[in-house]
Amino acid sequence: METYIFDGTLQGLLTAVFDFYEFKPADVKLVCAKNYQPALLGSDHLVISCEVKARRVWTGFDKKAGKSWTVAFYTAFLSERPEAYQDLFNLMRYVFENPPGAIANFGNPSVLAVSQMARKVSRERHRMKAFIRFQETADGIFYAGIEPDFNVLPLVAEFFKNRYACQRWLIYDLKRNYGLFYDLNDVDEVVLDELPSQSPYLEKEKSSAREDLYQLLWTDYFKSTNIPARKNTKLHLRHVPRRYWKYLTEKRIL
Amino acid sequence: MSQRIREKLTILADAAKYDVSCSSSGSNRKNLNKGLGDANGGGICHTYTEDGRCVSLLKILLTNHCIYDCAFCVSRRSNDVKRAAFTVEEVVELTMNFYRRNYIEGLFLSSGIFKNADYTMERLVRIVKTLRLEHRFNGYIHLKTIPGASPELLTEAGLYADRMSINLEMPTEAGLKLLAPEKSHEDVKKPLGFIKDNITALADQRKIIKRTPKFVPAGQSTQMVIGATPETDMEIMYSADAYYKNFDLKRVYYSGYVPISFDSRMPALGTQPPLLRENRLYQTDWLMRFYGFDVTELLNVRHPHLDVDIDPKLSWALRNMEQFPVDINTADYRMILRIPGIGVTSAKKIIAARKFGRLRQDQLKAMGVAWNRARHFIRCADSVYRLNDPDPVQVKGLILGESSSKYLKVAQNQLALF
Repeated sequence: METYIFDGTLQGLLTAVFDFYEFKPADVKLVCAKNYQPALLGSDHLVISCEVKARRVWTGFDKKAGKSWTVAFYTAFLSERPEAYQDLFNLMRYVFENPPGAIANFGNPSVLAVSQMARKVSRERHRMKAFIRFQETADGIFYAGIEPDFNVLPLVAEFFKNRYACQRWLIYDLKRNYGLFYDLNDVDEVVLDELPSQSPYLEKEKSSAREDLYQLLWTDYFKSTNIPARKNTKLHLRHVPRRYWKYLTEKRIL
Repeated sequence: MSQRIREKLTILADAAKYDVSCSSSGSNRKNLNKGLGDANGGGICHTYTEDGRCVSLLKILLTNHCIYDCAFCVSRRSNDVKRAAFTVEEVVELTMNFYRRNYIEGLFLSSGIFKNADYTMERLVRIVKTLRLEHRFNGYIHLKTIPGASPELLTEAGLYADRMSINLEMPTEAGLKLLAPEKSHEDVKKPLGFIKDNITALADQRKIIKRTPKFVPAGQSTQMVIGATPETDMEIMYSADAYYKNFDLKRVYYSGYVPISFDSRMPALGTQPPLLRENRLYQTDWLMRFYGFDVTELLNVRHPHLDVDIDPKLSWALRNMEQFPVDINTADYRMILRIPGIGVTSAKKIIAARKFGRLRQDQLKAMGVAWNRARHFIRCADSVYRLNDPDPVQVKGLILGESSSKYLKVAQNQLALF
C-alpha cells in the first residue's frame, strides 16, 4: 500500500491519478496533506500539482464518463471530506479501467459513494439558495455571511448572478474566509481583511435605514402564515435543521 | 406608517394561509432584462412554518373584504374579523424588498371578491403588470383566477403570471352547494378551460413563430378542502383525476379542513385537521402522476377508502399478490415502479445497474430501497427459494411490526380480538 499525499486541490487530485498510472503501484491510499499522518508500513509519495497532467486526466474522464458525471465529480470534490477523496480516486480508476458506459453501474461501491456524496453537497447547495438572507448595508450592498457544511459557493455563483442582476451583493463564507462579490457586471472571488461582522448578522450602524423594517415585516409574515392547529415540530425541524437557524431572519430572537 | 403596514400584512397573510399551494417551480421566465429575479427551473422553499409547510411565495390577499358567504372560509362576509386592503404600491414594495433579501421566490396574490369579479380581477392584474413592466420583476407570480372574471382580463393576466389557479373548494358539486350555495363547479370549469385552451393555442403558435409571448408557463392548479363534507376518498380522487385529464392541471392540492367557525354543517371547532388522510391522498395523487397507476386500481367501489395504517401502494400490492414477487433483474421499469418500497430514483438506478450483472440484496439496500417493505415483493440474485405463496395478512403484519407510523401513538400490529 502506497500513500499519495496531495495538496487538497482538484488539480492535485487529478495529478495523483496521473501519477498513479505513471508509477503503477499496486494500491494507493490518497490523503490530503492537512490530514496526513505517517504510516508505520508502506511508502509515501508527495503529489506535485501540475496543470498539464491534471487537464489530461480531466479531459480523459470527461470523454469517458460524460458531462453529468464530471459535474457530479466536481460537486463531490467540494465536500472536502477525506473519505470522498479516496472514493473520487477509486472512481477515476474504475472509469479508466472499464469500457465506456461502466459509470452507470450503481452496484459499484465507488460509483455509488461518489453519486451519494454529490447528492449531499448538492443538497447543501440547494439549502444555501434557500436559506441565505441578504441584509442591505448602508452603502446599498446586499450582504450575507454563511458557514456551509461543504464548500458550495462555487456552485451557487451563477444562480445568484442571474437572480440578482440589478443589485450589488456579497456572499461571504465565514468558515473558509472567502466570498463572492457581484458588481452589477461580474462575480468575483474576494477575501476581506476585515469582516463586516463575525456573526451572520450585520451590526445596526452598518445596515441601511429600512433594513430593520423589512426584517420585522418578514418575521410578522412568517408568524401569521403559520396554522397553529397543524403544528408539526418534527417536520419543521426536518426541513429547517437547527444548524441553519443562525442565518434565518425569521428565526432570530430579536 | 410602519405600524399600519405591519397590521395589514398580519391580517392579509393570515387570511391567505389556508391556500396550500406554494410551489414556485415549472416556469421558464429568465432574467434577460437585468431586472430582479429569475423564475427559471426548479422551485425553492425559503423557509418552513412551524406546521411544516413550505414558504416559498409571499402569499397574501389584496383584501379580505368579500361579497360571498362560504361557510368554510375565514373571510366570509358574515364572519366578524378585522378587514384590510393593500394598495398597489404596498404589494409591489413588499414583494420587491422581500425578494431582494432572498426571503421569497415570488408573489402569490389572491383576493376576497369586492364589488364584482371583474373589478377585483382588474386590480390583481394591475399589480402584476406594475411588477413586470415598471419594476422589471422576473420572479414567480401565482395569481388567483377570480370566478366570473371576463375573458379579456384572464388573457391579460395570463401574459404576466407564471401560474394561475382557481379553487374547486369542495370535491363534489353537492358538497359545494351545501356550504357555499352561491358558488358552483361550473364557474370554476369555465375559466380553467378558457386558460387551458389559450395555453394550447399559444403552444401551437410557438412552433411556427418563435417569439410568441409566454402564457401561464407554469400551468394551472386547483385545491379541494378535505374533511369538511362527508365525501369518500374515491369521490375525491376521481374528481381530481377528471380535472387532471380534462384541464391539464399541474397540481391538485388537498387541504385538510381546519375548523374555523361554529357551523353545524361542518366539524366542530377544535377538531384535529385530517392530516393523515391528507397525506394518503397526496400519496395516491403521486401514484397516479408518476408511478403509472390508474385511479381505478387504487380506489374503486370495493375499496372506496384508502387504508389508514399502510400507504396506498403497499395496499394495492397486498390486494394483488398474484403479480409478485417481481424479479428485479428481468422485470420492466413499469413493474419495478409498482413494488412497495421502490421509488422513481431507485427504479432508475436498478435499470441502469443491472446491465452490469445480476443485482444482489446488499446492492439494493445501498441504492436506497426501503428494504423492510420491498423484500416481500421481489426476487434478486441471492434470494432464497420460497416454496409457499406469501399470505397478504401475514406480510402486512410483518411490515407493520418493523415500522412505526409517525401519526400513531399506539403500534398498529395489535391483533384483533375477534
